[in-house]
Formats: sequence, structure tokens, C-alpha cells
Amino acid sequence: MSSSYAFLTTVIVLLIIFLYLSWVFVSIKVVDKEQKKETSERRDFLFTASYALGAVGVGAAVWPLIDQMNPDASVKALATTEVDISTVGLGKTITVLWRGKPVFIRRRTQEEISKAQNVNLSELIDPQKDEDRVKKSEWLIMTGVCTHLGCVPLGEKGDFGGWFCPCHGSHYDTSGRIRKGPAPTNLEIPKYEFVDNNTIKIG
Amino acid sequence: MSEEKYVPKSKLGQWFDSRLPLLTLAHHINDYPTPKNLNYWWTFGGILTFFLIIQIITGLVLAMHYVAHADLAFGSVEHIMRDVNYGWLIRYLHANGSSMFFLAVYIHIFRALFYGSYKAPREIIWIIGMLIYLLMMATAFMGYVLPWGQMSFWAATVITNLFSAIPLVGDSITSWLWGGYAVGSPTLTRFFSLHYLFPFLIFGLVILHIWALHIPGNNNPVGIDIKKPSKETVPFHPYIIIKDFYALLIFLIIFLGFVFFVPNVLGHPDNYIEANPMVTPSHIVPEWYLLPFYAILRSVPDKLGGVVVMFAAVFILMFLPWLDTSKVRSAVFRPLYKVFFWILVIDVIVLGYIGAKPPEGMYLIIGRISTIYYFVHFIVIMPLLGFKEKTIPLPLSISDPVLGDESKLSSEKQ
Ligand code: HEM
Ligand code: FES
Repeated sequence: MSSSYAFLTTVIVLLIIFLYLSWVFVSIKVVDKEQKKETSERRDFLFTASYALGAVGVGAAVWPLIDQMNPDASVKALATTEVDISTVGLGKTITVLWRGKPVFIRRRTQEEISKAQNVNLSELIDPQKDEDRVKKSEWLIMTGVCTHLGCVPLGEKGDFGGWFCPCHGSHYDTSGRIRKGPAPTNLEIPKYEFVDNNTIKIG
Repeated sequence: MSEEKYVPKSKLGQWFDSRLPLLTLAHHINDYPTPKNLNYWWTFGGILTFFLIIQIITGLVLAMHYVAHADLAFGSVEHIMRDVNYGWLIRYLHANGSSMFFLAVYIHIFRALFYGSYKAPREIIWIIGMLIYLLMMATAFMGYVLPWGQMSFWAATVITNLFSAIPLVGDSITSWLWGGYAVGSPTLTRFFSLHYLFPFLIFGLVILHIWALHIPGNNNPVGIDIKKPSKETVPFHPYIIIKDFYALLIFLIIFLGFVFFVPNVLGHPDNYIEANPMVTPSHIVPEWYLLPFYAILRSVPDKLGGVVVMFAAVFILMFLPWLDTSKVRSAVFRPLYKVFFWILVIDVIVLGYIGAKPPEGMYLIIGRISTIYYFVHFIVIMPLLGFKEKTIPLPLSISDPVLGDESKLSSEKQ
């Protein structure tokens, strides 16, 4: 990234210098021929080319100032977490922090699972099968961040026995799917895998 | 703006002023002709300038002790409160100062609405004012995040997530704003940097605001154009300064009343709990001065829709000079507009109340009606009134209503 950036900016700077020199050169010529009413098409082209290149140059100069705000290398480095789930009892949830966000790990009861599986997909705001949201139907693993404006929903609450977000009243079902309220989509499923029966790796 | 050119008395003054005309500027402010009928609603500009300076001074001092890091910020604010000499005072001045700043700006804005001060030739003054207001909201929001309490954290989360509603690029924008995958330390440090910067941008805009004001001069309660300087005006110093000062003193008494006796009523107790990304407080609310917009956001049952409508509620004010079709400025001479003005005031207060309540049942319904009315006021009522309303004849001079001479009222309807 950095060497290609250096290359790009160098090329742009050289091009701008070249344009500047030809601009000066042509201007002198045009001034010489001013009396002869020589049209300045060559100048028009140079103007356009200079502005266009100038804009690219400013963009290239500003980009590092903008990009520095994106997640940095140290933030990105914390990309995976391993969690021991052997202690989670049936019908219990643990919450772990992954990339600064809570992740819910819920060991669902049989009743919750069948409730989640038996919903008619046409009733859903963001239709998705329960099977597509879990790797093992007992374990529901999802980011505990309301897809509305990012609050943490409360478990075993709300009209659908799943989660309820206190901030602006979004109701999620036992599969974490949005059923009612302002949130547009289901609770997100992070990338995770079962390392063995008792451990999952998130990220 | 006296007619003859000002020349400083002393030789040194002349020497300096011919090189940098600061004395001419001071003289201009001194002599600036002001309508003689300005009432107390006109004192809030001065109050606002004063509070901007208070915020900058107390903020500079807080920044000497504050640490912008997710692990240390909360502790450093407690350190300011307990250990730093007079730290409690400075922090309470800064926190309550921000509330008083907003109280003053709302009065100032509604003053402009009542007396039609946004109309030609004062559109630029109004638009710069709106930009100041936008920057104030951004500044106060980021300041509120700095103590890194529960309310700070979740306000930051909810507000930055508004941008996630933007189609396609929403998620990239939020993670760019956060510098991570959620609100965290990188977010806090950049908010501190910007919270430090913005007040100085506001300061610059205030200078432009006053510059733009000094071209046409002040509007006045009667709202008619007057000749300046003339028998209708008084010099800014001492007449207006002394009035501004008196109003400022009264306002300061209220301000210090908050600071010394109830410094935390305007805040939220949950902000004395350190930020915890795992638990959202059961009832989160923004600071009182943002409540009406929060109510508007929540009254729309759709994510993108809510965000769009909320921003529209702020930006529609920018277009006010062109939405208002009436030629008469002051509501004093607009019997219908006067009524609608007060309905709007009540509507905004109702929205503020709803914003503090949970979004369910009756509250949701009232919130929706008030939101709709807010827009109807600006988009339907204001443009229509200009055509339908029969206004009261305007006086020819601002002295006439004072002297109570009805015969001098101009008979033509403007
Ligand atoms: C337009 C002017 C300003 C407004 C409206 C404003 C508003 C706020 C608000 C609402 C808070 C949170 C207070 C709390 O609950 O603790 C705050 C905190 C803070 N502000 Fe400002 N501020 C302004 C100017 C400044 C300036 C110019 C600086 C620095 C030079 C500054 C530095 C700070 C610091 C360090 C804090 C954190 C300490 C604390 O929470 O009390 N502020 N500001
Ligand atoms: S953040 Fe969950 S409903 Fe708004």
C-alpha cells in the first residue's frame, strides 16, 4: 500500500509539474500572438487537464488524512477470540466481547428451537430460516448489537420470547430475527466455528 | 457607521490605525446605530457570545486535566471532580454552561421566527446562524461523550449508528467514524480532538454572523426598515451594551443557580457509571436540548426513514427565508402567523417531552402527530399564510407605536 501510494503521488506531482511548464510555455506563445487573434484551444485543453489532475492530486494528498480514521492495524489484529462454552447450561446465555462488540452465545431449549423453526417465513420482516442462522441448532451465536442503532438487546424479553431492545423497542425472536420495531434486519451472525465440542472460535 | 470618517485622536492611534484599522473597528461597534425599540429578546446574541467564551475558557482548563483514553477518561473526570483545585466548579460550569448556551440559542432562534428576522435582506445571517447551531449540536454531542459514562457511550453508539442507515456505504462510514468495529478508544480520542476544534470554528462563524448583521443592521420588534443612523436609532454603546449586560446578569443568576445548587439535574445519573459496551441502560435519552429531534427520529417506524426525517427537521430551517412568503416581518402585524407561531412553540416543547418518554402507546401517537405538525407548519402553513393572511397595517416609523399615535399608521397593506 505505502509504496504504491508513494509511486502514485510521485507520478501525479511529476505530471502536474509537466503541465505547469507546458502551460507557461503555451501562455508565452499565446501572448506573443495575441494581436493575431490566435485562438487558445491549446490553452483550454491545458486548463482542463490541469484542473482534472489538480483534483486527483488534492484527492491523493487528502486520502491519508481520511484513511487514518479507519480501523488501524492494532484494532484489526484483535480479529479472533476463542470461547469455552462447556459451562453454559441449557437455556442460558453468555456474552463475550469480540472486536468491542458483545456476542451472545445462547444454548437454546428444545422449545425455543422448535418455535424458531416453525415460523412461517412470510411472517418475517427479514426472512431467513432458523437452520441458516445456526451451525448446531442448540447453539445460537450472534452479535448482540441491535441492527437499528446499536444498543444491546435484553435476553428472554419482548413479544416473541427472544430479545428486546430497550432503546427504541425492537423485538427479536428466539432465532434473533427481527419481528417488530424499527430495526431493519435480523441480529447479525458473526463468522465463527466449533473448534471442538466445547470451544468456539469467533472471527 | 457614522457618516464622517473616523480618525483616532492620538498620534500613536493614527499611526496604528492606518496600518491595521482595529480602532476604526472598535469605533464602528461603539457607534453602530441600533433601532431604539429593541426589547429583551434581542439580548440573547450577547448572552450567546458570552457563553461561547465561557465554554472555551472552562474547556481549555478541563483539557489540562482530562485524559482522552477509554481506560482513563472516566477516572480523569472523577479526578477533576475530587482532586483538582476547583475542578468541580470548572466542570459544572462547563456542563451547565452548555445547557444555558442551548437555552439561549433556542430563545434567539424563536425570537428570529417571531419577528421575521430571517427574511430579506437577512438570509445570510440566518443561514450562518443555522450552521452555528449545527456545529453546536455536534460539539455538545462529542463533549457529552468525553466523560465516558454509560450515557456517553450509548449516546455515541446510537448517534454514530444513524449513519449506518445510509444505503450501501453505511457500514464503512460507521467503522470509519469509530476507527474500529464499535465505539471505543479511537472514537473517544477523535471526538476529543474535534470537540476542541469546533468551538473555534463556531467562533469564526460568529464573526461572520455579526459581520453579515452589520450590513443591513438589526431587525426590530416592529420589523420595518428604518433609516440608519436617524432619530429611530441609538448608538450601540452605551444604550444596547447596558441592556445586554442587565439581561446577562439575570441569565448568570439562573446559570449559577444551577451550578451551585443543582449541578446535576440537567444531566443523567447513569453518566456517573463507567461506560460498559456489554450493557445498554434500560432507558437512554439524549441531553434535553436534543430531545425534540430524538422524538422525531423515533416517531418514524423505519430506520432510514427516521434518520432522513430527523435531519430534514433541522435542515428545513435553512430554507425558511424562502418558505415564508409574507412580506411583513414582525408577527405583531400578522394575527394568524402569531397564533401558528405559538402552536409551533408548543409543538416543539411537546416533542421534547415525548423524546424523554419511552416510545410506546400514547407517547408514540402524540410524537407522530407532533412530528407531522412540525413539518406542516413549515411546508404548508408558512407558504400559504403569505397569500391568505390579512396583515395589520404597518406603522411608518418605529416611534409611532411607542407614542401611540394611531393616525400615522400607513393605510396600505404591505
Ligand atoms: C461550543 C462550546 C462547547 C460546548 C457546547 C461544550 C460542551 C460540552 C459538554 C456537554 C461536555 C460534557 C460535560 C459533562 O457532562 O461532563 C463537555 C465536556 C468537555 N469539554 Fe466541552 N464544550 C465546548 C467547548 C469546549 C472547548 C473549547 C474545550 C477545550 C478547549 C472543551 C473541552 C472539554 C473537555 C476536556 C470535556 C471533558 C470533561 C467533562 O466531561 O467535564 N470544551 N463539553
Ligand atoms: S437501537 Fe435497538 S431499537 Fe433502536
